[in-house]
Amino acid sequence: MIRLRNIRKAYKTGYTQLEVLKGIDLDIEAGAFASIMGSSGSGKSTLLNIIGILDEYDNGDYELDGKIIKGLSQTDAALYRNRFIGFVFQSFNLLPFKTAQENVALPLYYQKMDRKKRQDLAMEYLNMVGLADWAEHLPNQLSGGQQQRVAIARALITQPKVILADEPTGALDSKTSSEVMELFKKVNKEGMTVIIVTHENDIAAMTQRIIRLRDGVIENDGATASSSS
Amino acid sequence: MIDLDKWQEIFNSIRRHPLRTVLTALGVFWGIFMLVLLLGAGQGLQNGVEYEFRDDATNSVWIRRGVTSVPYQGLPKGRRIKFTNEDYDLLAEHFDEVDQITGRFYLSGDQAITFGRKSLSYPVRAVHPGHRYLENTIMESGRFINETDIKEYRKVAVIGKVAQKDLFGETPPLGQKIKIGSIMYTVTGTYSDTGGDDEMRVIYIPISTAQKVYSGTDEIHQLMFTTKDMELPAIQQLQEEVRGTFARRHQFDVEDRKALYIFGAAEEFQKFMNLFAAIRAFVWFVGLGSIIAGVIGVSNIMLIIVKDRTKEIGIRKALGATPRSIITMILQESILITAVAGYLGLLAGVGAISLMESIAVEYFRNPRVDLGMGIIATLVLVVSGALAGLMPARKAAQINPIVAMRDQ
Repeated sequence: MIRLRNIRKAYKTGYTQLEVLKGIDLDIEAGAFASIMGSSGSGKSTLLNIIGILDEYDNGDYELDGKIIKGLSQTDAALYRNRFIGFVFQSFNLLPFKTAQENVALPLYYQKMDRKKRQDLAMEYLNMVGLADWAEHLPNQLSGGQQQRVAIARALITQPKVILADEPTGALDSKTSSEVMELFKKVNKEGMTVIIVTHENDIAAMTQRIIRLRDGVIENDGATASSSS
Repeated sequence: MIDLDKWQEIFNSIRRHPLRTVLTALGVFWGIFMLVLLLGAGQGLQNGVEYEFRDDATNSVWIRRGVTSVPYQGLPKGRRIKFTNEDYDLLAEHFDEVDQITGRFYLSGDQAITFGRKSLSYPVRAVHPGHRYLENTIMESGRFINETDIKEYRKVAVIGKVAQKDLFGETPPLGQKIKIGSIMYTVTGTYSDTGGDDEMRVIYIPISTAQKVYSGTDEIHQLMFTTKDMELPAIQQLQEEVRGTFARRHQFDVEDRKALYIFGAAEEFQKFMNLFAAIRAFVWFVGLGSIIAGVIGVSNIMLIIVKDRTKEIGIRKALGATPRSIITMILQESILITAVAGYLGLLAGVGAISLMESIAVEYFRNPRVDLGMGIIATLVLVVSGALAGLMPARKAAQINPIVAMRDQ
């Protein structure tokens, strides 16, 4: 599903260049449930941005579902993000003035789907994450765990190739964290490729594969105990 | 544009910041309001002056006699120039550009006019038939003085509506005999005049009759003529030619401006027109200035809105919003605010102008904003709204989603 070859990325800061990714080779097959770990400065956020088509890379090749992702225009990048990637963020990033249902439906708006159809679909996905009764609530009327579940529904609604979750449990207590992780597991079981970026070992341990980054290179890449279960 | 969702987004955004929206709208409203008001008032001023000019033909030229102020070819200064019928004939026959022409012979002071037992005093002007075109005299009944009257020294009189009312009351005046001084005249016509009541008190009689009866000479006190359809420079040239001809005939220095006074209404009219052009330019300058101030206001607010919505825009971009959809979202909001506010300003301006219409002041009449102006103002609005939103919108489209979403 994801194929990275010798990905390099540097940021110019003043006169010096800061090399953040120093040649990443990575394959993540369809249906995988992987986590990317690393301390801050390890390059994991940059890698996530590149995989999520939010940022460009300098060198190498990136293929997503067989498509080469390189040198896209902003418009094409937006289109690919919309179709291929479902994002889940640490701070949920729901639009505060829209109801849960409207938030879930938003990606479909950018696919120009008609309103009725996307509201129906949104309801379906809210139901799937167990929040059908909360459809008319605004985000600030929901708990953190509920908000993240809404965000997951929103990520799923376009039926993307990959779910990219950036510290999805970072703002949640441990009980809700595991609930959210259970949801990811369930989604993964149904065939969705899920990649979670985290710095928490116990969260990473719930995935099937851990990719550790350090100083811009992959330090360690291996299956976890839960992969066998 | 008929995208319902987009409109919902816009109204949503407006509803979330009512005060900001109202303040923004107020700037645009005021700009358009002032522009319309100024343009309307400018038009009113122009209409007012044109109205004041309507009494006399704007292509008329008036020639008055003077006294020479410099010696000329052995003749001393201080000579009084006198016009006679020959001057009239000269103007009529010599200059192709002259259209209507008349002389005036004034009877000294107002004359006692007697009808039956009523006797009132009115000014009397002895004129040629062409006079009615020069003063824009409107015949109400009967006829004006004609060539036959002149040739046969007829004792006929044409009286103004005001004089008619005073003298005759309800009696039909045509064919009635009136006495001017001690001479009996027959009324052949009545007229009205846009120049006000004073112009409608005047009694017109044939100039030849007056010359014969009251002076026994062929003297003319004043000459007036209208020009055929000509541009101002041609009229001015004609005036100079007339001056030259008169100078030769009456033997005075052409440069002696005190010997002969020539007054061209067109020149005067043109002066006013130039003044109005300047006023209009000024009005546009000020009006556009206030619109620009409004646009800058909108632009500023839109920048703040974009800053405010950075995170939202980042989220939208992450979810697949194209730069184009972000730009249209911001632009439409800006255009909507300016268009609605501007339209209200337009309405308020037109309303204020119709209120001004009821004010009757000299040199101010029918202030009006025409349809073309409304269209231009609307276009200015929509374009300025788009311009005001464009910069912030493009800025919004460049927002990096990841950076934006970290923004708290």
